[in-house]
Amino acid sequence: MAAQYLLGNEAIAHACLEAAIDVASGYPGTPSSEVIDILRMQDERPFHVEWSVNEKVAFEIALAAAWCGVRSLCTMKHVGLNVAADPLMTSAYTGVTGGFALLVADDPFAHSSQNEQDSRRYAHFARIPCLDPASVQEAHDMMVESFALSEEFGLPVIVRPTTRICHSKSDVRLGDVRGEHRTGTFRHDPKQYVTIPAHARLLHRHLNDKQSRIKKRLVERGFNHHTIRGETAIVASGVAAAYVQEVIPDNVSFAKVGAYPIDEEWLKDFVDQHRTVLVIEELAPVVEEAVRQVATTTEVSGKMTGTVPYEGELSPASVAAAMRRAGFAPTETFPDATPVQGVPPRPPILCAGCMHRATFFAMKKVFRDGIFPSDIGCYTLGLQLGAVDTTICMGASITVGSGIAHSGEERDVVCTIGDSTFLHTGIPGLLNAVYNGANIIVVILDNRITAMTGHQPNPATGVTATGEPSPPTSLEAICRACGATFVETVDPYDLPLLLETFRQAKERKGVRVIISRQPCVISARRAGIRRKPYTVDTEQCTGCGACRAFGCPAIAFADGRPTITDLCAGCGVCADICPSGAIHTEGRR
Amino acid sequence: MSGSFDILIVGIGGQGTVLASNVLGEACIMENRTVRSAETHGMAQRGGSVESHIRIGGQHGSLIAPGTAELLIAFDLLEALRYRHYLPPGGRLVTNRRLVVPTSVYMQGLDAPDEEAIIAALGDLDLSCVDAAALAREAGSPLAQNIVMLGAASHHIPLASGTVLEAVRRCVPKKTVDINVRAFQLGRDAVKRC
Ligand code: SF4
Ligand code: SF4
Repeated sequence: MAAQYLLGNEAIAHACLEAAIDVASGYPGTPSSEVIDILRMQDERPFHVEWSVNEKVAFEIALAAAWCGVRSLCTMKHVGLNVAADPLMTSAYTGVTGGFALLVADDPFAHSSQNEQDSRRYAHFARIPCLDPASVQEAHDMMVESFALSEEFGLPVIVRPTTRICHSKSDVRLGDVRGEHRTGTFRHDPKQYVTIPAHARLLHRHLNDKQSRIKKRLVERGFNHHTIRGETAIVASGVAAAYVQEVIPDNVSFAKVGAYPIDEEWLKDFVDQHRTVLVIEELAPVVEEAVRQVATTTEVSGKMTGTVPYEGELSPASVAAAMRRAGFAPTETFPDATPVQGVPPRPPILCAGCMHRATFFAMKKVFRDGIFPSDIGCYTLGLQLGAVDTTICMGASITVGSGIAHSGEERDVVCTIGDSTFLHTGIPGLLNAVYNGANIIVVILDNRITAMTGHQPNPATGVTATGEPSPPTSLEAICRACGATFVETVDPYDLPLLLETFRQAKERKGVRVIISRQPCVISARRAGIRRKPYTVDTEQCTGCGACRAFGCPAIAFADGRPTITDLCAGCGVCADICPSGAIHTEGRR
Repeated sequence: MSGSFDILIVGIGGQGTVLASNVLGEACIMENRTVRSAETHGMAQRGGSVESHIRIGGQHGSLIAPGTAELLIAFDLLEALRYRHYLPPGGRLVTNRRLVVPTSVYMQGLDAPDEEAIIAALGDLDLSCVDAAALAREAGSPLAQNIVMLGAASHHIPLASGTVLEAVRRCVPKKTVDINVRAFQLGRDAVKRC
């Protein structure tokens, strides 16, 4: 095929079609989301593809399909693997029959994540192979191969791109989409699939026995390779390898690690031939630790010597700087360019008309000294509005809120959580809160979609990943089934009613649930919903600034007076906030 | 240097920097050039400051090092100021001459420079500018500002302008091809020194 210009995630998705997968599952999470989004929209190869309710669920779906002999894919971001870690660890014992690739996208610099954990550690922990691409083309090629590798060793294989692979584009050469389909058949084999202690002990031994063959094979397959060119060397992995290749001098040896576990003999042979070795990788010092284990007289530098930064993302300039610190002479010197100081920041912001902004506004008005545990979604941007006090991981708003309340804290605790996050891991927290008598208010920000990651449907949306209608889950019924008795649903664009509902909730004790429901403005616009834009009547406006604190990006100010720009989504909430009645829909007084 | 022609496109999430980078990438494919690019996805796209790196002829990584870009294209004047350090001294900037003031400036009472002050602060660069919003409206849609900017910058991009225009046709939604072709031409013709 001719070259195409593709996003890393597009190339990865296409690789799965080339490998003839029959099941794909995942939970959205930047930077992994586009893979399932592409698979669910494509029509080159029909097969089962789903957005699952969380990563553990997604993992088990794909694992079991692979037990039945079909090829399956499961996708998530790095922190999602924490949620799926339970089945992951034991799936290495049960193994698989069909190829099972686990695509886990890591996020150095935490561009859109709560931490910088390294999924290669999980592969090591579970003792399964992990492929670590350095470019979009390599991500594609490794993805295709991962399924065969999985079948060869009967193990799940982790493919671990980083943000700079997933969200980079390049000219890529794709293969053909394969047409054949496999049909899954479950083979009864309790010794393999029922991990009672007697079986687990044996399975553990089988897993360990596979390791040395895997290491050799990864070198044979060319994932780990090196060139000897001098008496000093650089070892690099992932996208850092691409940066190194940009600036490495001709007389410095180079080893590229693209797969784990690393064969110690191969590595030792390389390391022993050099006086000094510099290891360059993002996130944890996984390769560096392996190099240190095999090195005898060779001097090793990397993160552990402070030569390569531990945190954040690498870049050509930071790689060159690390080389210089280690006594290498990179072929390029990068200028010392510093940004202009004092430019006002432009952080991301909730959209004009976003229902979260209205909900946060009312919440803060009624609970002036409240404590606001929150969760993960667009609404985390409520931080700028002073409406987010904690965010740790998916589903933790309700549990963190419960813990704060049980600590004896007497102020009102108001937890906010999105619809998708509530369905992901929020439900057990609510159940627990009611069962154990927590004194909290739970606000479900229900915009009917998983917005932040690119508007994926969830069980509350009413359609599946592939667009089939499905009965929209009733959040009210779930909350009542968890035992909550105060469950009120409000339209956040109706500010007076929203305030009144918060006030009612404040009067009571126990677990109180408010479901604030209005479609996300982006998905509403796509669905053809148009609301009349608003304008400010300059004669009526007193310049009091009440609308300024609301923070809608459609309201701009010149000389202290507001004007409404063409970003206005027509939610009408600013009109309710204005004490002088100066904001109307266009053409209406 | 690395042998690639490095372009940084900056703007505000929602202004279509990704589409603009797609057009250049597609044009590279049409001219059989290698290309590497990096873009912002996820939360930052919600009205935040965004950047797309495009390395025409690139073979390795997709990131451009500060101080080394051959061309900076800014869809917003304030973003031009934020990212100017990606250019070497005297480097080439093609920018929208308007800016959107960040909402946080209003909310937190921060100081924001005005258009004249920013243009003065960029005066040491090889600077050209267009009024992207006005030209996009003239072309038929305020959403076509990104293609106006590409047209304006096309004089300095080492790809045939015919190829870039054909890539515009292929990359934009079908219904908007005419508007975007007009936007490209208007941007290409209107650009001038500020
Ligand atoms: S995408 Fe939707 S949920 Fe996210 S900020 Fe915009 S309106 Fe709100
Ligand atoms: S009606 Fe007011 S608050 Fe709502 S989007 Fe328009 S300007 Fe913003």
